[in-house]
Amino acid sequence: MITLLYFARLREALGTGREELLLPSGINTLGALRAHLEQRGDAWAKEMAAGRNLRAAVNQSVAMADTPIKDGDEVAFFPPVTGG
Amino acid sequence: MSVRIHEQDFDVSAEMAAMRKDNPKIGAIASFVGVVRDINEGDSVATMTLEHYPGMTEKAITEIIDQARGRWEVLDALVIHRVGTLKPTDQIVLVIVASTHRGDAFAACEFIMDFLKTRAPFWKKEITPQGARWVDARVADDQAAERWKT
Repeated sequence: MITLLYFARLREALGTGREELLLPSGINTLGALRAHLEQRGDAWAKEMAAGRNLRAAVNQSVAMADTPIKDGDEVAFFPPVTGG
Repeated sequence: MSVRIHEQDFDVSAEMAAMRKDNPKIGAIASFVGVVRDINEGDSVATMTLEHYPGMTEKAITEIIDQARGRWEVLDALVIHRVGTLKPTDQIVLVIVASTHRGDAFAACEFIMDFLKTRAPFWKKEITPQGARWVDARVADDQAAERWKT
C-alpha cells in the first residue's frame, strides 16, 4: 500500500485529502502513478492531466515524474505553494 | 536553528531576545515579518486561511536554513510560520537570522524568505466579497528565488 495525500485546491477538487492505494503492478514512478490516477476520470482526469501545473513529493521530498515509487511510500500531490 | 509551525501569534521582540541571550558571538540580527494585507489582486480580503503539509513543511524549511548556512555565516536562525485563519494586520511569518556581522544576517534572512515562498508547502485561501478563492503562485516569487542561483 502507498499513502496518497492531496492538498489545498486539489484536495477540494478531488473531494479527498488522503487515501491508501494498493500500488498496481507496473506503476513504479511518480509519472506513471499520476497517469494511473488520471484514468479514474471526472475530476481526476481534469486535475491529474499532464497540462495541469501540479507539484508532488515522495516521502516528503520534492519529486519529479521519473522519481521511483515503491510500496510503503507517502506520495503527495499539490498546487504550487503560496506561503509566506 | 529552529522551525515552528502553529496557529498562535508570535512575539518578535521576545524571540530576538531569546536568540541573543547566552550567545556573545552574535553581532547582528536581521529579521523579516510577513503580514496579511487587506487587498490582493484588487479585491478586499476579509480573512485568509493557511494550510500546510505537516512534516514536509518543517523539513523543507530546515533544508532551506541548511542551504543558507552553507553560503553565509549563520550563528542561529528561527522561522515561525502561522497556519489557520488570519485577518488583515495579523503577522503570518517570522524569519530571524543571527550572525557576526550584518551582511551575512541580511543576505541569509532574505534568502530563507525567498525560498520559503517558493519551496515550503503552504497554501493560502482568501475570503473576499466575491467568495473564497485559493491564491495563485506568483511568477515574481519564482524570480526572487532564481536570482540566488548565480
